[in-house]
Amino acid sequence: MSLRSPSKEQPEHFEFNLASQEEAKKIITMYPEGKQQSAVMALLYIAQRQNDNWIPLAAMKYIAKFLEMPYIKVYEVATFYTMYNLAPVGKYFIQVCTTTPCMIRGAYNLVEACKEKISEKENELSKDKSCSWMEVECLGACVNAPMMQINNDYYEDLNKEKTLKILDKILKGETPKPGSYKGRISNEPENNRKTLVDLKNA
Amino acid sequence: MFKLKVNNIDIEIEEGLTVLQACEKAGVEIPRFCYHEKLSIAGNCRMCLVEIEKSPKPIASCAMPAADGMNIKTNTPFVEKARKGVMEFLLANHPLDCPVCDQGGECDLQDQSMFYGVDKSRYKENKRSVPEKNMGPLIKTQMTRCIHCTRCIRFATEVAGVPELGAIGRGEDMQITTYLEQSMQSELSGNVIDLCPVGALTSKPYIFEARPWELKKTETIDVMDAVGSNIRVDTYGWEVKRVLPRINEDINEEWISDKTRYACDGLLNQRLDTPYIKYNGKFEKASWKEVFNIINVKMKSANSSKVCGITGDLVNMETLYVFKEFFNKTLNSKNLEFRNNHSYLNPEKRENYVFNSSINGIEESDLIFLIGSNPRYEATILNARIRKAYLQNKINIFSHNNVGDLTYPYESLNGKTNVIKEIVEDKHYLSKLIKSAKKPLIIIGQSALLSNSGKYIFESIKSFLVSNNKINSEWNSLNIISENASTVGSLDLGIYSTSNGSNEILKHLENHEYEIIYLLGQDSLKFKKENEFIIYQGSHGDKGAEIADIILPGAAYTEQDGYYTNLEGKLQKAYKASYPPGEAKEDWQILNDLAETMNHRKLFNDKDELLSSMFNYLKLFKDSNTTKKISEVKDLNFINEEIKVNNIDYYYSNSIARASKTMFNCRNEKLISLSTGTEG
Repeated sequence: MSLRSPSKEQPEHFEFNLASQEEAKKIITMYPEGKQQSAVMALLYIAQRQNDNWIPLAAMKYIAKFLEMPYIKVYEVATFYTMYNLAPVGKYFIQVCTTTPCMIRGAYNLVEACKEKISEKENELSKDKSCSWMEVECLGACVNAPMMQINNDYYEDLNKEKTLKILDKILKGETPKPGSYKGRISNEPENNRKTLVDLKNA
Repeated sequence: MFKLKVNNIDIEIEEGLTVLQACEKAGVEIPRFCYHEKLSIAGNCRMCLVEIEKSPKPIASCAMPAADGMNIKTNTPFVEKARKGVMEFLLANHPLDCPVCDQGGECDLQDQSMFYGVDKSRYKENKRSVPEKNMGPLIKTQMTRCIHCTRCIRFATEVAGVPELGAIGRGEDMQITTYLEQSMQSELSGNVIDLCPVGALTSKPYIFEARPWELKKTETIDVMDAVGSNIRVDTYGWEVKRVLPRINEDINEEWISDKTRYACDGLLNQRLDTPYIKYNGKFEKASWKEVFNIINVKMKSANSSKVCGITGDLVNMETLYVFKEFFNKTLNSKNLEFRNNHSYLNPEKRENYVFNSSINGIEESDLIFLIGSNPRYEATILNARIRKAYLQNKINIFSHNNVGDLTYPYESLNGKTNVIKEIVEDKHYLSKLIKSAKKPLIIIGQSALLSNSGKYIFESIKSFLVSNNKINSEWNSLNIISENASTVGSLDLGIYSTSNGSNEILKHLENHEYEIIYLLGQDSLKFKKENEFIIYQGSHGDKGAEIADIILPGAAYTEQDGYYTNLEGKLQKAYKASYPPGEAKEDWQILNDLAETMNHRKLFNDKDELLSSMFNYLKLFKDSNTTKKISEVKDLNFINEEIKVNNIDYYYSNSIARASKTMFNCRNEKLISLSTGTEG
């Protein structure tokens, strides 16, 4: 990891659209009077969602003005948290977990697959500019390791072949089915349940 | 009161102190990097670890509140080991470039590593490298040296009131920077250099100039504005290398403004080092004897009523006093004036022209009303104190004009004299607030006094305050911000001639009624020369010297001992740190010698005689001040107009600053940022 710097290409202008504005206002009301600045993280996330999964500098300025706080304070927050993207990412944004449990279960195979299919380096767009991938820290799905996240969906219990298939589908513009690729429901044991066997939907 | 033990010494402290402060009370020094008395507590450097009985882990003393019965130990092997560990981590990424670092010799990290540093490193990894950041023309950065104490960030946010510095990234990749590396827009930015405990932020103009131990240090007074900040001037031979703040809790605390700190390179440029005479529009070098003889002949041939003297903004009181004596005794003239504009003046009582509430008093006040003033540029340190008062007490601040960002929020009125009229006639909501406030602070700036309504504003506000008992023996809410270091001194010494507050001398001068004009360090006179014979005495070849027929080279404020009275009326002495260049002489001596040439008698035998005579004069003046009755001011003409605050050209406000390259760069930087509108 190194310091992430904002993209060299920046849009001139950013403004919340109506939906974002409404959502932002709703979040701000959750904080007591005079503490509106606490909403900065939520607002950055809203901006990221609105702007194809990344936050331009114009958005940071916009949010700073929105919350009446100094630009640098918003900039500090945006550079601190790795889940804020400061440079454009693909329409399909793939995050491969490489923290210990996933790594032990072969997360680097997934990384290899990404390198083959998408781009040699992290945070680089694929040839058709639709995809980009990056390594991330734990996404909290260790039970179904190794896994990756594509936009808002988790793809679990992967290996290299399965990953390649998923990536192929994505590159064709299809949305593969999220969830476990070993066929298990959520995170039940791998070889049949051993407890609560008499309950059908446990 | 709490009773506790520090290294087995029993001490008693008041409640609310931290463990570190308790240790200091006990005379035990605690090493620290991030902790600073004037800033909020961060607790992130961990250098101040101490052992407290019953605590299994070492404790960061700067952030731990002291409690009753604590048994603090600071000299145990446990503490030493803890601090050594912290130091090892700090040094893991710190470069070993002390020999080429400007902080070397006065570096906290260097000093403390002498006690707690380990002689070799256990880290085989590469050191972290961080690119340099742009922070403007004053601050040089070498961010690889940064230990992330965040003192600079806290200073910018809290004291300077310009939240432009921040820490971006996280963990090992954390970097201190301004927003997108724009230069810092503050008049106090230089202070982050003093605050930086390592060599990450150093002074750009001073880069590789000298080592601290080679410099001669002189504790003196600043004259760049009327605040009279306490400074230390560091000289190497003749050259003033740098100016640093000196702690004076009553005036500048620990800070000085950028002009105070960086205008010193102006002392090296544009200097007048020999007398000059103008022949056919060209200056030619001359000897003292020649110029004195010419002045003698000219003065004797002119009628004494046709001679006038105008003093400048940086002149010390001794010189002013000799100048006055020279005019009164040698020339038999009273045509003296220190103002270079037609501002209103009521010198009847001393309280009419000083900052009566005192700079410390700002913190006690509960309401501030600024009239025709932009203290951010006129008295930067005073403005920082207003900000401090705002942060501490959340006081209401009003300004008659909208003067832009003052680093604290204020409510601005429309700037019309109507509002003043309404206030003094009790028709404005502010009148009520002022009346109900216990310690209101009314600050009148020079822009208000300079306007046509100057007299009306000053006198009506004063009588409003008097009638509401806001000027009493305990609290005087009338405050004047003087812009120049010599203003209050000139007034105390009576260097003015006024009738009804107007500037008579200047009126005559503008009508070209004088034959000889003696400019004593006066460089900002707006005056078109006709047939006058102009003598200029001063240190820099500036606007005054340009129009002169004879130039007498004087000394700058660092080159002679001299008294200055600051805007609150505090008398302070500036000490000689260097000596005047070339043939230049100390200012009082020039006048003394000139008097000798003209009258065959010196005005004063030596400086001591001059000083005792001057102090006698000041004492008589102050005594008479208490007994003097105030004559009523009549014919207050109300003029309905808008008062404009003339923003002074902060980086170019006096002849030293105008000769300074650093100030020139700062001014350019500011003009660029204004023209591109990077402010937002």
